[in-house]
Amino acid sequence: MSALYLVAIGDVPEAAWKWISEAAADWFPLPVERLPRLPVPDAAYDAKRGQYQSVEIMRMLSQRVPNHDSRILGVTNVDLAIPMLSFLFGQAQLNGPVAVVSLCRLQQEFYGLPAQEDVLRERTVKEVLHEMGHTFGLVHCSDRKCAMSLATHIELVDAKSEEYCSRCGLQLAQRFTADGGV
Amino acid sequence: MKKNFPILVVDDEDVMCESMGAWLREDGYRVDTAPNGQTAVELAKATDYAICFIDLKMPGGMDGIETMMEIHQVRPDASVIIITAYAAVDTALQAMKEGAQEYIVKPCNPQEISMLVSRILKLKKLQSENAILRKKLTRQYRHHDIITKNPRMEEILALTHEVASLRSTVLIRGESGTGKELVARAVHFSGNRAEKPFIVVSCAALTETLLESELFGYEKGAFTGANVQAKGKFELADGGTIFLDEIGDISPKLQADLLRVLQERRFYRVGGTNEIEVDVRIIAATNKNLSQEAQQGRFREDLYYRLNVIEIHLPALRERREDIPLLAEHFVNRISSELGREVHGITPAALKVLMAHDWPGNVRELENVIERAIVTCRNGMLDEQDFSWLQKNSVPQTWDIPDVPLGELERRAIVAALERKHGNVKEASAALGIDRSTLYDKLKRYEISH
Repeated sequence: MSALYLVAIGDVPEAAWKWISEAAADWFPLPVERLPRLPVPDAAYDAKRGQYQSVEIMRMLSQRVPNHDSRILGVTNVDLAIPMLSFLFGQAQLNGPVAVVSLCRLQQEFYGLPAQEDVLRERTVKEVLHEMGHTFGLVHCSDRKCAMSLATHIELVDAKSEEYCSRCGLQLAQRFTADGGV
Repeated sequence: MKKNFPILVVDDEDVMCESMGAWLREDGYRVDTAPNGQTAVELAKATDYAICFIDLKMPGGMDGIETMMEIHQVRPDASVIIITAYAAVDTALQAMKEGAQEYIVKPCNPQEISMLVSRILKLKKLQSENAILRKKLTRQYRHHDIITKNPRMEEILALTHEVASLRSTVLIRGESGTGKELVARAVHFSGNRAEKPFIVVSCAALTETLLESELFGYEKGAFTGANVQAKGKFELADGGTIFLDEIGDISPKLQADLLRVLQERRFYRVGGTNEIEVDVRIIAATNKNLSQEAQQGRFREDLYYRLNVIEIHLPALRERREDIPLLAEHFVNRISSELGREVHGITPAALKVLMAHDWPGNVRELENVIERAIVTCRNGMLDEQDFSWLQKNSVPQTWDIPDVPLGELERRAIVAALERKHGNVKEASAALGIDRSTLYDKLKRYEISH
């Protein structure tokens, strides 16, 4: 049976699961299940940069997808990057089963500000919708308010809303109708 | 827009190709990756990449700059972005000197890459629009502007290329909308007259007297309203080419005048006494069967033979269906760009509809149909429903059969089949569904020479 599996990679605040589960239930017609926490893979650590390569984390997650119709979303607190880019808020396989979101740069503390849980909740929901949207075939949207718009810095994450624009929402709905579920 | 600009990532590190490819795909680009220079060059031979991200240092084989140079040999317009792990001004300068558009040090900020890619593609889009508009403005079409993979069209293109620099008269036959003027322009602009005028005259649009003064010009006072002397199209085309469209519709008098120009390259202006000599190449076109018109006395036989030095018979679009997807894609790119509409392509279901249509108006009809669909398209891709009206309008073709004896119909069917198959009896008999010996019997009975 297809489902959206959520998995913590390392330590993740417990509150995050409620935010993510509620947002997922609003948008995706899939049962949400939590898998046991996974350790951050050592192979992902880039000592020179003090960051974690998202490709290694994605590879680890792809080995845990139970079936083709399911999706797996990894959530982590570590700072993600790829060789070409200095950081990532998250990454996903376009039309594939795997996505990962990092909370590291979504937290106010990263920018030297006091922690704000409501801000972290909003940003987490936006990035989860964004990366999950990719797994369902959505590409970046030119509407800055849409969850699918590309955010290359935190101000652009804040400029988005916690929902898809009508065009992306429709495309997503068509995808679920066409696939009879996913 | 994005799907029209494929991107290549070249890096010996698997993780780099995989992650960069995934990141760009999220943005809607089609991305290929190559682990070394040799593979990259092979991929570039098959795909016209808009941007190539190439790692500067790749162990064994070609380095980044060599790879870039090889890619530029096959794809001179590809924008190359050289990637390196270390900022080294001398290497950057060398890369830029050899033709790299940009040089970036990894890792870089996602915003930097995003803006760089979008800036390069915006420029490419503007360049492509500029080229389309310039071409439209000058209408200087050449052979490579004729889109086809149909073997018969390819033979025709090879022939037009061969005859481009000759002065021999060309007669282009084909149904309306098959692209007769486009082929005429290709002959002119590919030959040694390209820098000289290409003058178009639509013979069917004008009355005999108007066409006469249009072609040959007139002297002041030659007729009421001729207040000043005027040069005709033949004089205006001096050194270049005159394209006489719908030549089958000209009057017997003009046929005689035209024959004289063809024989002597000289004529008189209407009302004039001084002979004017011109060096003009004539390309004529018609949708009529001029040979038949000549046989039936409606067209001068001597003029027909003078015109028919090099004959080109353009196939109808339904006879070159394999070109429909290519032409459709070309029209989508061109028209969406001209109209400023974000339409990226055609879905397979829509293409199926286009392939099934009979296209009585040929390529011109296809172009108009695509334009209408682009105007009403809502979701960035032309889909089946954008052409639903086309299916509704597609009524089965009815034959316009004259009241003639049955034998005459058979005779005409045989003549038409032979013409379509360029006199090839084997192919004509197959098209008619009879064997060769039966066809020979009928040729004899109806006294048809082929």
